Amino acid sequence: MSDIRVLVGTRKGAFVLSSDGKREKWEVSGPHFPGWEIYHVKGSPADQDRLYASQSSGWFGQVIQRSDDGGASWAPVGNEFSYDGTPGTHQWYDGTPHPWEFARVWHLEPSPDDPDTVYAGVEDAGLFRSTDGGQHWRELPGLRGHRSGPSWQPGAGGMCLHTIILDPSSPGRMFAAISAAGAFRSDDAGQTWRPVNHGLQSEGIPDPDAEVGHCVHRIAMHPSRPSVLYMQKHWDVMRSDDAGESWHEVSGNLPTDFGFPIDVHAHEPETIYVVPITSDSHHFPPEGKLRVYRSRTGGDEWEPLTRGLPQEHCYVNVLRDAMAVDSLDDCGIYFGTTGGQVYASADAGDTWEPIVRDLPAVLSVEVQTLR
Amino acid sequence: MSEPWSADAAMSEPWSAGEREIRVVLPAHLRTLAQVNGEVRLDVAGQVTQCAVLDALEARYPMLRGTIRDHRTGRRRAFVRFFACQQDLSHEPPQAPLPDAVASGAEPYLIVGAMAGG
Repeated sequence: MSDIRVLVGTRKGAFVLSSDGKREKWEVSGPHFPGWEIYHVKGSPADQDRLYASQSSGWFGQVIQRSDDGGASWAPVGNEFSYDGTPGTHQWYDGTPHPWEFARVWHLEPSPDDPDTVYAGVEDAGLFRSTDGGQHWRELPGLRGHRSGPSWQPGAGGMCLHTIILDPSSPGRMFAAISAAGAFRSDDAGQTWRPVNHGLQSEGIPDPDAEVGHCVHRIAMHPSRPSVLYMQKHWDVMRSDDAGESWHEVSGNLPTDFGFPIDVHAHEPETIYVVPITSDSHHFPPEGKLRVYRSRTGGDEWEPLTRGLPQEHCYVNVLRDAMAVDSLDDCGIYFGTTGGQVYASADAGDTWEPIVRDLPAVLSVEVQTLR
Repeated sequence: MSEPWSADAAMSEPWSAGEREIRVVLPAHLRTLAQVNGEVRLDVAGQVTQCAVLDALEARYPMLRGTIRDHRTGRRRAFVRFFACQQDLSHEPPQAPLPDAVASGAEPYLIVGAMAGG
């Protein structure tokens, strides 16, 4: 049976949680890079021992760390993220032009077939790629250079490119999502991009057909059906059946459709998970009950999953990159909270147990199913 | 930018000969990143300026590039300070000579993370 490795990024370091396939007993390694913010840690699908981590600090800026032994040891690689050409401006909160300024790497997406190729989504929103294991980074400027770029505005958390999806069946096709610009698609390996936001309705945008300006929180895809996308927007859970060309709402009977993460069961492309959060002004679960909601119908019909999760006095949040699934036969679901808990379910969400309870605030959770 | 901070812009004085051993104290996070304990000792050729010391530091420890000075502009990061001989040198011109006590190795050059919460 395969082993499981859970990669956790927190406000104060990274942690590696390891178990056998039963997912009952866990070893906890860390903190790695103690005291630094670890926005994301992710392993290469092409080499399970190759990991990349985004390490940053308000004092000392951005560092990228790489492990070639599954997280036992790490070494810093390249950290120079220079926008292509003259960066230009986007819109600031007050509507004035603001120069593009690199702040940090939010998300690292390793290539499915080359351990040395990895994409980085950064704040201010841009997409970078390294083809030498993270030593050097070059921007794919077609995204930021889209004609709508000067009109992009930051969300409350900064103007971050937080989601990168590589279509496994069509090597040239990629998706990226930016808060608060929206979703974008490339069909030529990232050279050119176009917004794919038709059908999104966003309170606060006066034009109901706005091409950009949507605060997309997360997008998820099942690799067996790459034309189907699920989205947790600022408000609204959305679905596309045509690779982003159009979206329709599938919030259905959710108690609230505000939230951050969304993910798909490893073997059931119509089974999806969200964590409803009260509102954008109350970043905690409704009624103090931490509930994951599961739909087995690709949206609209949702059931609360509560067994093992706190059902009173719980006021944590679950951030956009803090949910992941493993690919064991009994699909495991994992998520981390701003209260420092990492919960695991070894039965597709029916029951939950905390792996750890007292980490720093969790920023990201990724899972590797080891061969 | 009024003063050159980058290695490319730094010019050693032609009359300065030989190398001097400079003592540098890093903040804890950067000692961990560079995998060093205690003070760093650097050979600095030519005139001992803040720019020359940081150039030598980054040449020896490339993982520190971008953590003290911005990659692109070469400017000091906002929450990093430079101290020596009980003075705050953070706003001194990068090409100005450091105090003799630093140049002679009698006193260390301190790179400090500004006090802030978080």
